[in-house]
Amino acid sequence: MTVLTRAPSPATTPGSGAAPGRPPSRPRRTNPLGALGGLLWLVVVLVPVYWVVVTSLRTREGFFDANPLAVPSDPTLDNYRQVLDNGFTHYLLNSLAVTAGATALTLAVSFLAAYAVVRGTSRALRWTFSVFLLGLAIPLQATIIPVYYLIAQANMYDTLTAIALPSAAFAIPLTVVILVNFLRDIPDELYESMRADGAGHWRMLWSLALPLSRPALITVTIYDALNVWNGFLFPLILTQSPDKRVLPLFVWSFQGEFTVNVPAVLAAVVLSTLPILALYVIGRRQLIGGMTAGFGK
Amino acid sequence: MALPALLLFALFALAPMVIVGYLSFTRWDGLGTPSWTGLDNWRTALTSDVTRHALWLTLKMMVISWAVQTPISLLLGVFVAGKQRYRALLAVFYFVPMLISTAAIAVIFKNLLDPNFGLGASLGLSLLDQDWLGDPDLAFYAVVFAIAWQFVPFHTLLYQAGARQIPASLYEAASLDGAGRLKQFWHITLPQLRYTVVTSSTLMTVGSLTYFDLVFVLTGGGPGYATRLLPLDMYITGFQSNDMGLASAISVVLVTAGLLLSLALVRFSGFSRMRSQQAGV
Repeated sequence: MTVLTRAPSPATTPGSGAAPGRPPSRPRRTNPLGALGGLLWLVVVLVPVYWVVVTSLRTREGFFDANPLAVPSDPTLDNYRQVLDNGFTHYLLNSLAVTAGATALTLAVSFLAAYAVVRGTSRALRWTFSVFLLGLAIPLQATIIPVYYLIAQANMYDTLTAIALPSAAFAIPLTVVILVNFLRDIPDELYESMRADGAGHWRMLWSLALPLSRPALITVTIYDALNVWNGFLFPLILTQSPDKRVLPLFVWSFQGEFTVNVPAVLAAVVLSTLPILALYVIGRRQLIGGMTAGFGK
Repeated sequence: MALPALLLFALFALAPMVIVGYLSFTRWDGLGTPSWTGLDNWRTALTSDVTRHALWLTLKMMVISWAVQTPISLLLGVFVAGKQRYRALLAVFYFVPMLISTAAIAVIFKNLLDPNFGLGASLGLSLLDQDWLGDPDLAFYAVVFAIAWQFVPFHTLLYQAGARQIPASLYEAASLDGAGRLKQFWHITLPQLRYTVVTSSTLMTVGSLTYFDLVFVLTGGGPGYATRLLPLDMYITGFQSNDMGLASAISVVLVTAGLLLSLALVRFSGFSRMRSQQAGV
């Protein structure tokens, strides 16, 4: 899979019917080595996923007897029932609450900050932006001990807020950087004409910057929400009681308790992935479009 | 307007960096009050075989992960950037690991690689039938593989986006000059993707300082100390052995490594120049 090219397609040679003025189309030459490599990685990605799904439908006995990649002869949903009976819905709601809270907070404060950085001129704002740039490099693992200390001091230990606040804080740098880069591209003239109409900063922020940043906002919402949703370290360290668990912690503790019942453990994995998968299926276009708009180039 | 963001960030990220520096000079079990012990923790951390080994493993993981993930995601990304429909379809499937939480991925591989009833054992494939997580030499590479499985999709996406932006006219000109595929890849695709390579490499190297959840669930740092990377060493020292002072010293090493790395990458790569003109990280 080493040879990857982008030769002009034969269809665009003059006289072959390509409409004039159309952008030249992308390569259509076959690339067998690339295709082979691509298929190989497809196998690497999909075999574990397939294995998880079929195994989660097996009975415990079936798991030890059957060929692990065969379709189960007597598929059962018992494993899923067991996961649901173990408080799955509760943990799902916890995860939803933490993710929604943290993401909303991150977006609100980051958008304000990004607008200020782009539109403001003061030295303090430039300095603030540098702080966020530097913040991109702070591994959250390295600050977990003081964060634990602060949360304990603030009497927030073992609450969902304890997870949401630091999760939001650590999402801020990247969110601000992406939004700043996006807001910079809004032409000055648009602001000028709004100002001529007598609009103040808040008005411009609300009815100009906000609607125009939609693609960037979608990107960072998805990225931040995925990160908080999948976060493990903050929940592990900042909460303790079983009823404060979020889904990743649930999956982890469930596999600790049900080590001998692999199908049930994998059912927990599937169930914990389903909400995101559903979202992905619904919003795939926006998601991929947003990710590439935000991270590409 | 920038104040709320700055305050929140300062409270949970900047202040902790200062506090962790202070705590590294104290003895603290996580409950009582920290008591000042001067350089004790630092002496311990710098002479401890465990921590030095963890640091070494972290660097090794950084280099090997980069060397494994970069070629795969670069080639895949460039490949799926092509216009054929089946390539777009492939890209959809490649995305799947990004939807699974790290904890779940670790649980999946833990069972998949199990020596008794994992995939290799049950299928009787001798090549795969190894005690992946129980053998100190293999466990490290099992972790490398699981991490690649998780992160290659994201970097593929980066490269796909990057490759899409290379002007087709460059390739047309090159093929008129008779440049073959390999030449085009080497002289057009790679140079055009240099910023994407830098972005992706930055995220990978700084990211490898944060591999915690996966290793914690997959191997717990074992067997022995074979996969005890620095963040895990910090966690075990602080939250399992209740030696928060020593764990703080390890944290300081982590923060320093992260900052140095990104400063170096920004300085040597022209990353900062790119940042001002182009969107994205």
